[in-house]
Amino acid sequence: MKPRTLFEKVWDAHVVAQEPDRPAVLYVDLHLIHEVTSPQAFTGLRERGLGVRRPDLTVATMDHSTPTLPKALAVIDDQAKAQLRMLEQNCEEFGIELFGLGSQYNGIVHVIGPERGFTQPGKTIVCGDSHTSTHGAFGALAFGIGTSEVEHVLATQCLLQRKPKTLEVRVEGQLLPGVTAKDIILALCAQIGTGGATGHVIEYTGAAIRGLDMEGRMTVCNMSIEAGARAGMIAPDDTTFEYLQGRDRVPKGADWDAAVERWRALKTDVRAKYDERVVIDANELEPMITYGTNPGMGMGISGSVPSLDSFGESSQQVAFEKAMLYMDVEPGKPLLGKKVDVVFIGSCTNSRIGDLRLAASVFSGRKVADGVRTLVVPGSHDIKVQAESEGLDRVFKDAGAEWREPGCSMCIAMNGDNLEPGQYAVSTSNRNFEGRQGKGGRTFLASPLTAAASAVTGKVTDPRSLLLS
Amino acid sequence: MAKFTTLTSHAVPLTADNVDTDQIIPARFLKVTEKHGLGDSLFSDWRYHEDGSPREDFVLNQPESQGAQILIAGHNFGSGSSREHAPWALVSWGFRAIIATGFADIFKSNALKNGLLPVEVTPAVHKELMQAVQLDRGTKITIDLPTQSVTGLGSLEATFPIDDFSKHCLLNGIDQLGYLLAFDDQITKYEQQRT
Ligand code: SF4
Repeated sequence: MKPRTLFEKVWDAHVVAQEPDRPAVLYVDLHLIHEVTSPQAFTGLRERGLGVRRPDLTVATMDHSTPTLPKALAVIDDQAKAQLRMLEQNCEEFGIELFGLGSQYNGIVHVIGPERGFTQPGKTIVCGDSHTSTHGAFGALAFGIGTSEVEHVLATQCLLQRKPKTLEVRVEGQLLPGVTAKDIILALCAQIGTGGATGHVIEYTGAAIRGLDMEGRMTVCNMSIEAGARAGMIAPDDTTFEYLQGRDRVPKGADWDAAVERWRALKTDVRAKYDERVVIDANELEPMITYGTNPGMGMGISGSVPSLDSFGESSQQVAFEKAMLYMDVEPGKPLLGKKVDVVFIGSCTNSRIGDLRLAASVFSGRKVADGVRTLVVPGSHDIKVQAESEGLDRVFKDAGAEWREPGCSMCIAMNGDNLEPGQYAVSTSNRNFEGRQGKGGRTFLASPLTAAASAVTGKVTDPRSLLLS
Repeated sequence: MAKFTTLTSHAVPLTADNVDTDQIIPARFLKVTEKHGLGDSLFSDWRYHEDGSPREDFVLNQPESQGAQILIAGHNFGSGSSREHAPWALVSWGFRAIIATGFADIFKSNALKNGLLPVEVTPAVHKELMQAVQLDRGTKITIDLPTQSVTGLGSLEATFPIDDFSKHCLLNGIDQLGYLLAFDDQITKYEQQRT
């Protein structure tokens, strides 16, 4: 048999039909839905008189517009309320399991999927959300879809897909202290740009990736979309199986052993070929930070913002100048020492227990600088409970940070947590687009360590300076 | 879905690369439960002042832009979030086609499902079109789907790629779910084999 990549193995196993000159009919093993991108899909189903083919393979959560202040259900506006109610009604009518507001398993869709064990190696996973790429950390083929496609999957459990190309991102070497998974993916975005992997599925390989725990791997795969990729994948290994074993929805007993046996075959064959390859040396990486208005506008934290003449194309120059105007940072100057107003630690990129532990390691025995508002928002209820049992909430509160209920929160600013116009934030989320965290707000994307260090000093700070002292 | 065959229109020039879906329609407008009526929120943060009055310097607000059905954008248009609200808002404003040197994957897929044609041209062609339109905002461009061509400026004639299936669906106004539903038996067979 022809040697195949991990992606090809998962793809091949899910092609239901393939007519000439037509996209493949691809079967979906797990369909995650949330309140924002599903209402119109259910309306479409009703208009056509269709039902949900496999409610048992569909799981719903509420996360995007949910409030994160304790007992603050009343603060969401009527529109958001209507959207949440609609999801409840749709789930009830079609028999879909919902981890709604107040459920002990509620949380951000890409956090609870893996946490509950829905996410498993070799599955095809889709969601009306571009960060579905997160689940690829387990060797699943996971990607974001639009609302029309949500309707397609609800109705048929299948999608029409053209086969993407493959891109190997090989991360060699080992991360130095103070450098994390987030810095790997920000470095990739800076290297290839936000459109660099368009049309491709990335497979992350190399010693530095193998060395990451599952949470770090999820952080990397999460932001594959920020490099333009369709999906990001990492071959499952013992780290993956250890993470999954014993979780709610994974097979048990002999079924577990059989599953692990199957999953072990999910790796790229020795002689299989990728369409493209990018190599990153982890030893060379330092903590990363973005300076502009897309995730590709990033640099090592000790570096300087580029100058206009480093961009060749005139359209790139226009985008850069626009970004500089919006961010009000100076080309050619460093960002270190720039005053910050808000620090946000959360989002499906960096809100897991390991992220919170990293942040707490910086906050411990320190205080948030005067005038800096710091939000720590766990990715799920489960993580919140775990963090509280470890006393992390006390560390955050003692430092002067706000400890919130789970949700997307200031990553997307739909729920009342947002930046004010002109404010600067260091954020562990994934998008620094204009207005993403609130109209007129300015975002520097960075790791939880860098975010926490910047909260403590009130300025953009290299976390290594605090870790060493 | 509306059919798409040939379109002749003046165009709106939007000069910037990597225009993301948060710019096309900011997240605070995503609390709707319907598809229509999003045209007023299109490019909202670029289009309106704090007090809600239109910014005269934004291209969409200029009188020359009114009635245009073609948007000429920069590279990697539609990156970021998977929100289908982006093509819904563009269509609701009146656009039927977008010319760019490249599109983000999910945006392209969403656009094609809403009768909005992504027209991918080479940087050279893009530059020529952009310059001509900026020079004379009345310039008419014709996009012909059957021949996959863009014409209009003197001798300029460029082609653009589109996969057969999407072309077939657009030309006939067919939506893709109909095609997918016809595979019901095969899907059932696939499900049975796996259990
Ligand atoms: S945390 Fe942010 S990126 Fe992640 S699902 Fe929520 S809104 Fe999307």
